[in-house]
Amino acid sequence: MEIDDTTRDEVRAIIARYPETRSALLPLLHLVQSVEGSVTPDGIEFVAEQLELTPAEVASVATFYTMYKRHRTGRHHIGVCTNSLCALLGGDVVWKSLSDELGIGHDETTADGEFSIERIECQAACTHAPSVTIDWEYFDDATPASVSEVIAKLRAGEPVQSTRGPVIRDFRATEHTLAVTDDGLAGEGPSADHRMLAGLTAAKERGMALQDTAAPASSEGEN
Amino acid sequence: MATPLTPILTAHWDDPDSFTIDGYSRHGGYDALPKALAMEPDAVIGLVKDTGLRGRGGAGFPTGLKWSFVPQNDGKPHYLVVNADESEPGACKDMPLLMANPHALVEGIIITCYAIRARHAFIYVRGEVPHAIRRVAAAVREAYQAGHIGTNIHGSGFDLDVVVHSGAGAYICGEETALLDSLEGRRGQPRLKPPFPAVAGLYASPTVVNNVETISNIPYIIRNGVDWFRQFGTEKSPGFKLFSVSGHVRSPGVYEAPLGITMRELIDYAGGMREGSELKFWVPGGSSVPMLTAEHLDLPMTYEAMAEAGTMLGTATPMVFDQTVSVVKTVTRWLEFYKHESCGKCTPCREGTSWMTGLLETFEAGHGQESDLQIIDDICHQIAGRSFCALGDAAATPFPGAMKYFRDEFVAGTHTSADDAFNPVASTVLAGASTR
Ligand SMILES: Cc1cc2nc3c(=O)[nH]c(=O)nc-3n(C[C@H](O)[C@H](O)[C@H](O)COP(=O)(O)O)c2cc1C
Ligand code: SF4
Ligand code: FES
Repeated sequence: MEIDDTTRDEVRAIIARYPETRSALLPLLHLVQSVEGSVTPDGIEFVAEQLELTPAEVASVATFYTMYKRHRTGRHHIGVCTNSLCALLGGDVVWKSLSDELGIGHDETTADGEFSIERIECQAACTHAPSVTIDWEYFDDATPASVSEVIAKLRAGEPVQSTRGPVIRDFRATEHTLAVTDDGLAGEGPSADHRMLAGLTAAKERGMALQDTAAPASSEGEN
Repeated sequence: MATPLTPILTAHWDDPDSFTIDGYSRHGGYDALPKALAMEPDAVIGLVKDTGLRGRGGAGFPTGLKWSFVPQNDGKPHYLVVNADESEPGACKDMPLLMANPHALVEGIIITCYAIRARHAFIYVRGEVPHAIRRVAAAVREAYQAGHIGTNIHGSGFDLDVVVHSGAGAYICGEETALLDSLEGRRGQPRLKPPFPAVAGLYASPTVVNNVETISNIPYIIRNGVDWFRQFGTEKSPGFKLFSVSGHVRSPGVYEAPLGITMRELIDYAGGMREGSELKFWVPGGSSVPMLTAEHLDLPMTYEAMAEAGTMLGTATPMVFDQTVSVVKTVTRWLEFYKHESCGKCTPCREGTSWMTGLLETFEAGHGQESDLQIIDDICHQIAGRSFCALGDAAATPFPGAMKYFRDEFVAGTHTSADDAFNPVASTVLAGASTR
């Protein structure tokens, strides 16, 4: 595994965040996954060295968590929520059409290395069911057609924007974000989409007053 | 008269910059901080106790009381750990809150740490939602730059560091002691309680674990006071709540309302049931609480009323299902989830979820044995109360809840598959209206 100077600096910064170094284990596994696309024996050894743990200790942690992949993931990793609510609202249909289109099943990667797919559990996006994620970015209210269109665009190298976040990069870039957390993309996407705003919109339509007395609506723009 | 909606945490989510420090400060954000820093820490704890605020992570434990369990002058470091693992099927209110209003959480963290004398806080966010992570991480950075976090905050002598930590995919890490093990760089498996985290939590030091929404309430409480807070909700369930309403309603989404609002009112605000749709069953607070039916629509959504109806308020994130839905399939899929997420530490949960899932799948496929319904029920009783943590209890919940109202459907699973009984396309959003 090739670790460049930038990554080494990031390792130091991540470890420095915590009062006890072992707490850096999960972020460091995300970091090595961002370098290699999966958590390899090399990656495990590297993390173990950094934290003065044995590779066996690191491996036993890595295998506990579903986000750490032992097989090579695709350049893009697509998840379809098939927990009850999403499944019923269309997740099962979306999953089947995606799996058929790519000719692969759960936890498999296309031969060209472009896509891997996974049946995922509830993404805290049930209000946006069926929930799909592309490199873990939300791709809400998915349909077989919308997912198929995204696949075509990603193949063609055209930009695809998350429904509530940034333009899709790739799986490894997201893993890097998870390791370092602040990646400069927080300003992408809306503050909230129409579903997150459903209650506020309903309240405003009915003229229901804002309730936070210390900050009446008239304070707008004062700062 | 209908219970009005009360946008408070959600009041400014339609501002294009609601997630930035400017957007938050424009509406009184960070005004609570100097107010709290001018109080004695114990007075802050006392005030939160007086509001009766209950934890929004599912269990509803009184927040001020939890804070008061942290031993003082014990010479040990104290920690605040914010639980942003939100993975309960049905729950989608913490991720929106982090994305649209992360500074409410950050200001709440600073005030909470001041109260419990912690100088280190961690925000444990589930790893699968990178946009929530970057929004809250950016908010923490902005708060450092503004001097709200760091050393000698606003000349008070109070120091604080806040760290955003990404999880890696494990529902069990939402359980507070599993979360602490995970944050220490271990497998996320629950710890034996007692000792409770307030006494021996992170790094064996006193630790408060609170939900994102719980802590996000704190600045609003400090700014507006106890009476203001208690004007919402009921005596035992005071305050307001983010209700994420999902499923077969016209306008699923986040609705902020006082505790005590009814499900009928919430469905009404959500535009009613979708075209041609009739409510079949609903779940008040995530898959881990028993389901209810149309006869319960007028009950107040409070901890006490939900308990009286034999269920729980849980995360107050209702899922609504109409007549196109197979109860058998819904419950089976939830059990597959619990089986997948069982951490394997204790036998009743590890083995029980596996057996139950296997048996339920036979009913979904239409070749169940009626006598197995009794066996599944027995397994539930073997798990409930006998497991190491509440995930086991949760896994034992959906089946008995569903049998109470829909036993016939399980019996039909002895000869007819769920997909034959309920056209699987009819329940999808693509199908829109449906009359079966
Ligand atoms: C399996 C399981 C998963 C949980 N997941 C979460 C979660 O994602 N977020 C959360 O705040 N609490 C979750 N809890 C509850 C926590 O253990 C804890 O009660 C809560 O974080 C305390 O915060 P509160 O008092 O502010 O509600 C979970 C509990 C169990 C048993
Ligand atoms: S009840 Fe389940 S999740 Fe909890 S400790 Fe036991 S096996 Fe693990
Ligand atoms: S059930 Fe799919 S996001 Fe919640």
